[in-house]
Amino acid sequence: MARQTPLYTLHQELGARMVDFGGWDMPVQYSSQIGEHHAVRRAAGVFDVSHMCVVDLKGPRVRAFLERLVANDVGRLKTPGKALYSCMLNESGGVLDDLIVYFLTESSFRAVVNAGTRDKDLVWMRRHAAAFGVEVLERADLAMLAIQGPEARAKAAQLLAPADARAALALGSFSARELGGWFVARTGYTGEDGFEIMVPASEAVPAWRKLNALGVASCGLGARDTLRLEAGMNLYGNDMDESTNPYESALGWTVALEPRGRDFLGRRALEAICASGPARKLIGLLLEDRGVLRSHQRLLIDGVDAGEITSGTYSPTLERSIALARLPAAATGKPQVDVRGKLLNAKVVKPPFVRFGKPLVS
Amino acid sequence: MSNVPADLQYTRSHEWVRTLADGTLEIGITDHAQHALGDLVFVEVPEAGRSVRAGEACAVVESVKAASDVYAPLAGKITAGNPRLAGEPEAVNAEPYAGGWLMRLKPDAGALAAAQLLSAAAYEKLLQAEGG
Repeated sequence: MARQTPLYTLHQELGARMVDFGGWDMPVQYSSQIGEHHAVRRAAGVFDVSHMCVVDLKGPRVRAFLERLVANDVGRLKTPGKALYSCMLNESGGVLDDLIVYFLTESSFRAVVNAGTRDKDLVWMRRHAAAFGVEVLERADLAMLAIQGPEARAKAAQLLAPADARAALALGSFSARELGGWFVARTGYTGEDGFEIMVPASEAVPAWRKLNALGVASCGLGARDTLRLEAGMNLYGNDMDESTNPYESALGWTVALEPRGRDFLGRRALEAICASGPARKLIGLLLEDRGVLRSHQRLLIDGVDAGEITSGTYSPTLERSIALARLPAAATGKPQVDVRGKLLNAKVVKPPFVRFGKPLVS
Repeated sequence: MSNVPADLQYTRSHEWVRTLADGTLEIGITDHAQHALGDLVFVEVPEAGRSVRAGEACAVVESVKAASDVYAPLAGKITAGNPRLAGEPEAVNAEPYAGGWLMRLKPDAGALAAAQLLSAAAYEKLLQAEGG
């Protein structure tokens, strides 16, 4: 039996098509996936992301625990509310999950991990938290709404009392604050500005309805996927997993090998990979021919099988197909993609494909 | 509720078939099928002159989400693929029974009778059975 978020009944009432996603019954689209995509690029949309797993980490040694747990350096978080994107790695440097970590106080941090990896993440966190005396508390009592788009912050602020709204609008990028019992973060997964808001489960439906009344479009996971791929953001399970390390996943920027003394999980493996050079790389592709790139399609260079698409879709903004693909690190030359037996021409480009509504590749 | 025009015939794989005045068959996907697929972004139609077997995959419709094959309801020779769909795949969503037709086919002798196409009433029953 798939799990349901506090917004499940509302999604049905709004006519959403529901699909299983990471063990959750989630809305994939309400009316038109492309329409929802454009709503976020041009105005504002709201997504139910309550399936994601919110975990509070508490204890006097929580910072030291996170410095051990994640590959990016939590020591960089100096201002309360500041967020950091990173990966948890296994001992061989493979990506267990990607996550966002928020610094709240010296004894309290909050992490958000993927729905599909929830169980193994919690086991992994608890196993390593014990030595630091850190408590790992899943916040299943919270719902999470992502309000994204150029008009998203202004619309979402209208859900708050005036003083809280001013504070929310003053939040810097990748920062969060507790406001009127809600946790408001200026983060997202679309390549647009916006908020991710964590609210008590009972407040999710009224918040959603009010956003709709303000002209914020209900958006499903289908649009979320095309938006994140246009933004060049990885999806765990597609673009990286335990068999790939961050350097092979275009996530080297989320690894902090400095300071050298910080002994995070996977560090030794990553140092060895750095010394020898990663075996593979993750690149962006723009399809030149007509067609749609999809995950698992094969790439050929000079007619020889060279790699695989990890995520592919039709880009509603570019009106062409785009993809992320994994190739040997040394691969050069122009790739072709095998689409149902036909070889289609693609161009290697540097993601993001689209950012703040503007195409960045052509 | 899906639109199922009474004057067309249907397949279990959600194609519709219209018999034109000259005996040629016009083929497309049903309103139910286009709705289930969502926004179409790419359509590949067969070229004129190609011979197809009954049940052969001969066109592809791709939405943002997924690619699906379209099957020839019966054996024959393709006389035309809809040229409009190369630049306007969304026509299949907007007008599945009119401007969004996929291909025209001249059936082989006896193929139409052998195909056992469904009437509109039978297709509606199939949709109900599938929960659509």
